[in-house]
Amino acid sequence: MMLVLLAFAIWVAAWALNAWLANGRLAGSQAVRIAVPLIFGGTILLVWELLVRGLEIDLVILPPPSLVAQTFAANLSTLWADFVQTILKGALSGYVIGCLIAFTIAIVVDRSDFLRRGLLPVGNFMAALPIVGTAPILVMWFGFDWQSKAAVVVVMVFFPMLVNIVAGLADTTAMQRDLMRTYSASYWQSLFSLRLPAAMPFIFNGLKVSATLALIGAIVAEFFGSPTVGLGFRINASLGQLALDMVWAVIVVAALAGSAFYGVLTLIERRVTYWHPSQRN
Amino acid sequence: MTRWLPILTVVAAILAIWYVACVPMNIKEVLTQQERAGVEVFPPSAKERRDLGRLGLVASNFSLIGPSWSMERARLPAPHQVASELWKSTWDEEVNGRRGIVRSGSLSNRSLIYHGGVTLGATMVGFLIGSLLGVLLAVGIVYNRAMDMSVMPWAIISQTIPIVALAPMIIVVLYSVGLSGLIAKAVISAYLSFFPVVVGMVKGLRAPDQMQLDLLKTYNASDNQQLFRLRLPSSVPYLFTSLKIGIAASLVGAIVGELPVQRGGLGARMLGGSYYGQTEQIWAALFVAAVLAAGLVWLIGWIERRTLSRMGVVA
Repeated sequence: MMLVLLAFAIWVAAWALNAWLANGRLAGSQAVRIAVPLIFGGTILLVWELLVRGLEIDLVILPPPSLVAQTFAANLSTLWADFVQTILKGALSGYVIGCLIAFTIAIVVDRSDFLRRGLLPVGNFMAALPIVGTAPILVMWFGFDWQSKAAVVVVMVFFPMLVNIVAGLADTTAMQRDLMRTYSASYWQSLFSLRLPAAMPFIFNGLKVSATLALIGAIVAEFFGSPTVGLGFRINASLGQLALDMVWAVIVVAALAGSAFYGVLTLIERRVTYWHPSQRN
Repeated sequence: MTRWLPILTVVAAILAIWYVACVPMNIKEVLTQQERAGVEVFPPSAKERRDLGRLGLVASNFSLIGPSWSMERARLPAPHQVASELWKSTWDEEVNGRRGIVRSGSLSNRSLIYHGGVTLGATMVGFLIGSLLGVLLAVGIVYNRAMDMSVMPWAIISQTIPIVALAPMIIVVLYSVGLSGLIAKAVISAYLSFFPVVVGMVKGLRAPDQMQLDLLKTYNASDNQQLFRLRLPSSVPYLFTSLKIGIAASLVGAIVGELPVQRGGLGARMLGGSYYGQTEQIWAALFVAAVLAAGLVWLIGWIERRTLSRMGVVA
């Protein structure tokens, strides 16, 4: 009971601290803006730990974060192998292939107005569908190993990318295109020096949306069959043993991979589209 | 007409590619079947055929590809096979089947209408809970600075991680505390639709510019009046955009939530189909899921158009 009360006290204290920081004089500074969410996240972990111990919650329902951290540290090699299998082999290869295919098709489609008016609505429609559902079919075609996961990712990534690239390529004003024409630029010159750079904000938007989709596709596809390695497999296998600490450790890996993936894309975006209003302070 | 012609062309092209793809995808099974029926197949031994690629087999047995589009348990069933499976497992099963609604008074558990309904129920319950909580949190974030600074970064980060990975665990954990079926799946759906709605709504509630906020201040409007007269109305377009993302995510959540527990639903049908090699069943379930998703997104779009025109926003 003591621990529960302590958890409650810590929650109130941390919230008061955050409220004071957020409404204080330094609220606009970089340090406070980073500190406040960190305090909040840390408090949640602490309260979680204390509540699980205080209320003696069964490990099968919710393991405390300290146990998850221990499991994470003790199984580094297993988790690394899962990471390589699912993220690097499955998600990343599928992501690259899917984006390249979408890019090529977008360039082709862009030359014909007829194709664009046909493919854009179909692509938009497909992008809203639960494409993860193709996973069982693709696992049947490409086997249990990472190739089938990459195939699922290709299908999932393709439509959002296609729609974004085509929309981006259309995002130049008549004035800009006329300028290129007065320079007597060829199709390819105007593509590379005007329309592709102008499409970059759209392309990065698609890349970021697809990054999350790629991880979802690779993990969910493993629920339909996988070799004895991989994040999705590990989740299923550990659930079967009711080893919830391991499941949480795998989720930590997936979360880290997802944020890292997104972070890298954001950094590249900042370098490439530094001219765009959303990137200027 | 000019709008539909390109779309129909693209759809027709996709169907054509599908029909053509059936030939190489199914060629091995077709040839095995033909050989058993006594037809001469080239090359004659199964071992040689294995080493020859699929396209090579098609080229050397071009006269035998007839059954490609009528194989049972084909690797790639033809569109009309999927269509007939869809018909069989919806209308036919309900009207003529022993367990259908006509004979037994309840939906057959072998029909996709029943399984689609199970998934739809979980999706809707989860979506409503998730988006309601999302809107509430967004209001909290906009009106409380501490909440904004503490929660908002995590809400954004949570969109970059594959939350679906949590689904099987949520199902198992809720099952062990006595919650199963619709509620467990709805929790996953709610969780998936929650964050897109939060992020979209925060953007929407902050959409009014300083001029409009100042105007309300000169009217001596209270916080409540500011919320209901200005911020909520101007957030409506943002709300609908994020609701469309949210409901698609909810559906995916419900389908994935049905994988670990085989108690009905489109996800269960897909996994069952993949266990028993019933490809037509997977494709049919996939199409029902697609129709469901399209219908739900369309429904929200329809409500959006009605609401916006009622509110006088130019659509």
